[in-house]
Amino acid sequence: MRPVFRLLSDELIERIISEARDILCYLGMEIHNDGVLSMLSDHGANVNSGTKHVLFTADIIDKALKSAPDSVKLYDVMGRQTHDLTDHNVYFTPGSAAINILDSKSGEIRKPSTADYVEYVKLVSKLDNIASQSTAFIPADVHEKISDSYRLFLSLMYGEKPVVTGAFTIDAFNVMKDLQLAVRGSRHALREKPLTIFSCCPTAPLKWSDVTSQNLVDCAENFIPVEYISMPLSGFMAPVTLVGSLVQHTAETLSGVVLSQLTQPGTPIIYGGSPAAFDVRYETTPMGAVETQMIDCAFNEIGKYLNLPTQAYIALSDAKKLDAQAGLETSMGATLAALAGINSISGPGMLDFESCQSLEKLVVDNEICGMTLRLTRGIEPKEDFPAIPVFEELLKEKHLLIANHTRKYLRDEHYFPGTVIDRANSSRWKEEGSLTIGDRAKREIERLLGTWEPTGLPDDVLVEMTGIMKAEAARFGMTLLPHEGL
Amino acid sequence: MELLDQISFNLQNGFDKIVASLTKDAVEKQIPPKEILSNGLIAGMNIVGEKFKNHDIFLPDVLLAARAMNGAMEVLKPLLIKEGIPIRGKVVIGSVKDDLHDIGKNLVAILLKGAGFEVIDLGNDVPAEKFISVAREENAHVIGMSALLTTTMPVMKKVVDLAKDEGLFGKIRIVIGGAPVSKEYALEIGADAYSYDGANAVETVESFFPANSQ
Repeated sequence: MRPVFRLLSDELIERIISEARDILCYLGMEIHNDGVLSMLSDHGANVNSGTKHVLFTADIIDKALKSAPDSVKLYDVMGRQTHDLTDHNVYFTPGSAAINILDSKSGEIRKPSTADYVEYVKLVSKLDNIASQSTAFIPADVHEKISDSYRLFLSLMYGEKPVVTGAFTIDAFNVMKDLQLAVRGSRHALREKPLTIFSCCPTAPLKWSDVTSQNLVDCAENFIPVEYISMPLSGFMAPVTLVGSLVQHTAETLSGVVLSQLTQPGTPIIYGGSPAAFDVRYETTPMGAVETQMIDCAFNEIGKYLNLPTQAYIALSDAKKLDAQAGLETSMGATLAALAGINSISGPGMLDFESCQSLEKLVVDNEICGMTLRLTRGIEPKEDFPAIPVFEELLKEKHLLIANHTRKYLRDEHYFPGTVIDRANSSRWKEEGSLTIGDRAKREIERLLGTWEPTGLPDDVLVEMTGIMKAEAARFGMTLLPHEGL
Repeated sequence: MELLDQISFNLQNGFDKIVASLTKDAVEKQIPPKEILSNGLIAGMNIVGEKFKNHDIFLPDVLLAARAMNGAMEVLKPLLIKEGIPIRGKVVIGSVKDDLHDIGKNLVAILLKGAGFEVIDLGNDVPAEKFISVAREENAHVIGMSALLTTTMPVMKKVVDLAKDEGLFGKIRIVIGGAPVSKEYALEIGADAYSYDGANAVETVESFFPANSQ
């Protein structure tokens, strides 16, 4: 039995959805994009182009939900399937778009560089329990107008896993699409085998900006999967109760579903989000708060009720260092998310309210992910009945270390974490240098980077991508890109 | 692949029947038993030990290799004795008096045997005098003691003291282990060494023997 954690009854889910639909139809959304407003108007929505305000109709919401696919598959740069986001399948991806990195050598929090990003991509390609890359932080050594496309470029040049990403501007989307077309070869091939997920964020409360709503439209036109990242802040930009925050999340996310599906019926979408409790003492949005994690798991239940794949920013921490708080918040989030069956779990590596990535934390979190993935496989009998034969063998041989039953099921039944997790007895631990988890993580980063192999993409694709990126950089006065000097 | 390499390869994979049969072939082909032992069996076990240390393989794989080693030693031992070639070393092992815990000690015994040592396992609840008398009778090279209780640890000191009294100290090496035991305790009672786990016990015992005794 696949263990599943639930917070909401079907009755409560139905009520939340119904209230959210009422909000969309009677209070409406503010959408700062004339093209989107005009499309909604064409489909019968009541649009006020002066105030950019739109009242949805029950009909367009139903229509959108009907055409939305119930699964999203992803493929790596080589075209191999890596994800089937549906049902209770879970996949981990690093937390994305941090503005800082925790320097693993100096221990300082600082702005990341291209060299950091390349190191990150190489590391992620070696982490078995992290299924995709994300554009995890923003290199500060390139022009800000290309900082989004350049991250994707580096991910596709140095790694093979699919990429969770996003565009900061309308123009950048085209470059990011062209990079993907270079990898896949054609628009049709990209549609058949999606390579990326674009995060698109409404603005709380109940708004879409010009850029993010246009990103939704552009992704839909190209069948590029999107995840909606609604961010209600309980008690601040959303009702203080978890149910109230869920109503807001549902309304904002449903509005995204409508925008995508009206643009292109059947375009792949993911019911995601990054809601948070708001800490009224520190004026912060704690991602490690249990209430944040509860809203995440609960909106995932709503997404599942609507037959949509789900995503959430959970399995991350607000700590500033790789410390006990980092471990406990990340583990709790990862465990709840995996048990709730959130399909794409964003968070590993992330510290400081989604603003700081840490490579050490990423290798530690990779083990947390491994343990939770084991947990989701539950407990199933495996040649355990009748029980007498194996116990007869135990009594006869005095141990079962080399029993056939052990040899057959050992590696499947038990997850063996890497050396980042300390399982030595204390004497051995002392003998091996009394290393802390930070020391062991550093050692593991070195080891994994040493085993990195270049991407299997053919040279002509790499050349084409480089041409696209250099042309874009030239528009902003950059003739030499930092990775060329690495 | 050369015959001795085949022995090493099959031993690493725990194929005990093949290893025993290849060892017989090697003997029939007049390959000196010492060479079969060193360049086939022990060479294979060394690779197994290395892989185990790196977590490439786990304890069951080591024990399977050890079982293959034991099977081959059944073939080789009479020949080694006949030719007067010393075996790799003889270890008397047991859990000390009043200690009925023997899981760790058993594991150490299996691993030592697997590494080519002759192991005389006295079981558990073994009095200090018995360790000494058996070691003397059997001309053992090493005494290995295990304790899981702080209350039984003093028996270890008694064995070390007896060995000193009987002039065996220095001739017979004493190694201790078990959850409450430590390197510091070994030093305190005058034992030769402390081992923190089974694989480490094999390394420790191996360190007592110069390479040419293989």
